[in-house]
Amino acid sequence: MNIVVAMKQIPDLQQIRIRNRKPVFEDVALTFGNIDKNALEAGVQLKEATGSNLIVVSVGNEALEDTIKEALAAGADEAYLVLDNEIEDMESSSSARLIAETIQKMDDVGMVLFGEGSGDNYSGQVGSRVAEILGLPQVGYANSININGSSATVTRSLEDCEEVLEAELPIVVSVIADINEPRIPSVSQILKAGRKPKEILELDVTGDSMLETISNLAPEMQRKRIEVETVKKLLRYLEIEGIIRR
Amino acid sequence: MAGILIYSDKTKLALELLNAAKLIAKTAFTINSVSINNDEQAEELAAKGAQTYKIINPELNLADTAAMSSALLQAAEKLNANIVLLSSDRRGKELAGRLAQVFNAGCLTDVKGLETENGNIKCIRNVLGGATVAIQQIISDKKVIAISPKAFPAADDEAGGSINKCEVDIKPSGIKLIETREKAGDSADIEAAEILVVVGQGVENKDDLPTIMQIAKALGGEVACSKPVATDKKWFGEERIVGLSGKICKPELAIILGVSGQVQFNVGIRDARIIVSINNDEKAYMNQMADYVLAADLKEVLPELNKAIG
Repeated sequence: MNIVVAMKQIPDLQQIRIRNRKPVFEDVALTFGNIDKNALEAGVQLKEATGSNLIVVSVGNEALEDTIKEALAAGADEAYLVLDNEIEDMESSSSARLIAETIQKMDDVGMVLFGEGSGDNYSGQVGSRVAEILGLPQVGYANSININGSSATVTRSLEDCEEVLEAELPIVVSVIADINEPRIPSVSQILKAGRKPKEILELDVTGDSMLETISNLAPEMQRKRIEVETVKKLLRYLEIEGIIRR
Repeated sequence: MAGILIYSDKTKLALELLNAAKLIAKTAFTINSVSINNDEQAEELAAKGAQTYKIINPELNLADTAAMSSALLQAAEKLNANIVLLSSDRRGKELAGRLAQVFNAGCLTDVKGLETENGNIKCIRNVLGGATVAIQQIISDKKVIAISPKAFPAADDEAGGSINKCEVDIKPSGIKLIETREKAGDSADIEAAEILVVVGQGVENKDDLPTIMQIAKALGGEVACSKPVATDKKWFGEERIVGLSGKICKPELAIILGVSGQVQFNVGIRDARIIVSINNDEKAYMNQMADYVLAADLKEVLPELNKAIG
């Protein structure tokens, strides 16, 4: 059985600086989002438990050929990549179509894993869209996944409760950060990563644009910034604000 | 005429969506709401003036996102809706992507504000992990918008609502719900709290926590914390983390104790109505995004504050 993990290459958020309220991407390293790394780790654990083959799928610009080594070092067996330099800000609908088309080229896929949201946009749509395109059942926000033969038991964490769900494979699952602690690859794993098989797919990346970004700026802080010297004065202000009554 | 359809499995969020829909619908839109296997919710929505369509179908399971999106697609088509508003909680977000795909719609989630202009709906949402706030719009004819909890107040009572039935065909996708259980551990709901007292690394002594708990209690609020206080110091569970990797909160008042104010934290609290920063470090960045700043020794301030409000 093949287990697929879809991962998104994003700018390292810690390295993004703001200049004139605009984000600056120059010299910012590319990496995978943290929750995508949890999805990969979940895939590695399931692969080890079931003796499956773990394939990482990603869509991004040319730098992805390098970034993908992170995932191959951390335990993926092979990679399927869709590369295009024009797709800097690909919309969820297009990424989902390309990921689904890539998965359709594989045989015997038992599970497709996603992080609950990408690190940069965090829209959380792609997993659901891929599940719909592939016509598969889905479980989002998983904090535990077990594969038992041809079915899976997944526990998911919602705001107010947990649900334990069961489904026959194949199934699409998105995970939350709580599910595991991603392993740090060893030096020998990093060295071997470059030799693992990588398939570059030629797919038509042009898709209908459904979204438009009008502006994207760091928020302006419109706060009063009143300095108070004593607790008494602070409480007086909070009374005036109507927040506390005494 | 274009129409808006609203749905959330949670009544409170559905009522917020109703208000969001009213903002969009100012002129040329009709608003319909759907309730699924929830008579009580249908009545509440109708009492707030919504034309409500009940879907009653025992085969339709909330946990089966494929079946749920198919049901909503059918409802949207029957009711001539080209805009569907969902709640951007976990269930709602999961549903949003799947419905958008089958509805052939552009989709935005975690929308924390809406502005309408010349018939365009501008959606405001955090991107780049909260470092920036984008204004985006969906340019496809069909739109799915998932709106963050508390972005809008809940709708008030209004006359003119109605309850009707809506029949849909359901094909379960094979997801079986085995068990629903309470979440283990800390059940604090810091997103729901109107007042938060937030513990940062500037609170150096764990012995100060009981005083901080008392302050929060006296104010009728909850205690929350920055990420390192939960993950490194382990003073609290992860349920109480404010910020990008925790909860995005929007309280009336946030009293921030000893937090330096990195963007990953700020994104979780910057929509609070009033922010108070109490910090030993008068240069803390947090002070720049506070309404009231008390630069003082926390060790002295905490007992004093507790005494004054206790």
